[in-house]
Amino acid sequence: MNNLITIALAKGRILKETLPLLERAGILPLDDLEKSRKLIFETNHPNINLVLIRSADVPTYVQYGAADMGIAGKDVLLEHGGEGLYEWLDLKIAPCRLMTAGFADRELPAGRLKVATKYTTITRDYFTQQGRQVELIKLYGSMELAPIVGLADMIVDLVDTGNTLKANGLVPQEFIMQISSRLIVNRASLKMKNRAIKQVITKIENAINPPVE
Amino acid sequence: MNQKKYNNRWLLPDGIDEMLPPDALAVEQLRQMVLKLYHSWGYDLVMPAMIEFTDSLLTGTAHSLDRKTFTLIDQLTGKQMGIRSDMTPQVARIDAHQLANTETSRLCYCGNLLHAQAEGLNPGRSPLQIGAEIFGNASIDADIEVVCLMLETLQRVPLANVSIDLGHVGIFRSLFEQSGLERALENPLFDMLQRKSIPELKAFLLEQPLSANKREQFHQLALLNGDVETIDEARQVFKDGAADCVAALDHIEAVAKGVQQQYPQVMIHFDLSELRGYEYHTGLVFAAFLPGQGQEIARGGRYDDIGSVFGVARPATGFSADLLNLYRLANLPLPVISGILAPRNSDPGLAILIKQLREKGERVISDLSNGEKTPQQQNCNQHIIHNGRQWVVNDIN
Repeated sequence: MNNLITIALAKGRILKETLPLLERAGILPLDDLEKSRKLIFETNHPNINLVLIRSADVPTYVQYGAADMGIAGKDVLLEHGGEGLYEWLDLKIAPCRLMTAGFADRELPAGRLKVATKYTTITRDYFTQQGRQVELIKLYGSMELAPIVGLADMIVDLVDTGNTLKANGLVPQEFIMQISSRLIVNRASLKMKNRAIKQVITKIENAINPPVE
Repeated sequence: MNQKKYNNRWLLPDGIDEMLPPDALAVEQLRQMVLKLYHSWGYDLVMPAMIEFTDSLLTGTAHSLDRKTFTLIDQLTGKQMGIRSDMTPQVARIDAHQLANTETSRLCYCGNLLHAQAEGLNPGRSPLQIGAEIFGNASIDADIEVVCLMLETLQRVPLANVSIDLGHVGIFRSLFEQSGLERALENPLFDMLQRKSIPELKAFLLEQPLSANKREQFHQLALLNGDVETIDEARQVFKDGAADCVAALDHIEAVAKGVQQQYPQVMIHFDLSELRGYEYHTGLVFAAFLPGQGQEIARGGRYDDIGSVFGVARPATGFSADLLNLYRLANLPLPVISGILAPRNSDPGLAILIKQLREKGERVISDLSNGEKTPQQQNCNQHIIHNGRQWVVNDIN
């Protein structure tokens, strides 16, 4: 039976912290992921391949079994819904907070708020739980601009250092949730390639929490 | 005519597909083959209604079908009706109410469903469901039989390298009963186990008033998956567990043994936290997987209480699959369509020959082109000619 394991990695922010983790787990790509323009990478393990894709696509690839495993932020997973996926490990990398942000010195208008965000599902759930109905504006980037140009009253976005917000005169306001990266596994892969998948999980798990000697 | 306004009239609704030649014929042949197989195993065919009142279609146990079901209003009664989105509850109703049998009954079915929302990863909203169910028999042998019939179906399609996954909802159920946790926590806990979200599960368990041992048992439950050793490991983990738990492990092991005996080449995988259909399943749950497919291709399990809303709670076990999906996966060679071209001629001798050929099952096509198109252009490899004495069928060179 084919026991090739494909791991989907998210480009960008998470990748910088993913590679050292994989290195500690003994999984080394044969090419430099950050320099190469390839999308599929072989590793020092002949049965492990890596694919490099946009972070929001990682759950989709793993869900359909195009990749057996993946590394994705909890934000992306919540937004996606995570059906048919196992969220096996908290990798404790790329931590940040999902927060609302707006102008510190400006009062929010009465009535229905306009909220700009990439995370429409999480944002709707958050405000619904608070008993507030808001109007969502889906944006794909540069969220900070929306309140400045009057497109929205506030935004919901990931906050790492808070520098981008600050540079645009915004301040983080309500804390929604703590976000970190997860190791996700396709349901069918776990059942058909159990041993091989579990070996990779153990390697990565030991890289997060080195076993006590 | 305004071209722009009318040129998308051919569009079908999302996820609604139609079958064209020669696929339609191939699917029909597959359907007949499968139903013949079920007949040979003693299953009686039923044809449930396409549409029913929602209060019988969406019974307690089928509650999860609520959002998947298209509804409309019956103008005769003013009651809400639903188009079936799963035939299993319908077949259970037929068994409980229409047949009102006290013996073991075996039923099978094949029909189109309609889903208001696409299910899982399959974009289609109109699957062709096939399935077989055994009612009125709680034995392990009944479970073994339906798993074997599922495997036989897949083998006959034919699909190679099928593996199966076995689980049992009784383990989680008994663990939860024993734990003394509030009923309201069952759903979140179930959800975490189903998603095998180990980090969330660990954090959740720490917040609950549980003994260290119980906490560990829930945690281990999420990790208990793999080959047959999983069952031995589970026996260790749950060694002080309730009798239900031990019985569930014995049950899975017996089913695996029974199935392996008949299908030694099939890989069997165990997953004790696989709780799909937890709302209505009461015992064994199983699914079939195919390499390269991100989700199961057939699934089933035991659901002993489903008939109770119709007056009779009968033991029930069975499986179903989407035949269109199986057809696509099998990549079958398309049926070769050929025929005999018959000229247009009012001679009674010709009419008799055509009738005889058709009765034998031959495909005889009347040449409406009046000789303008060749037999090949009309998908024929033979034709009828008059050899001077009589009408005969000749091969085309």
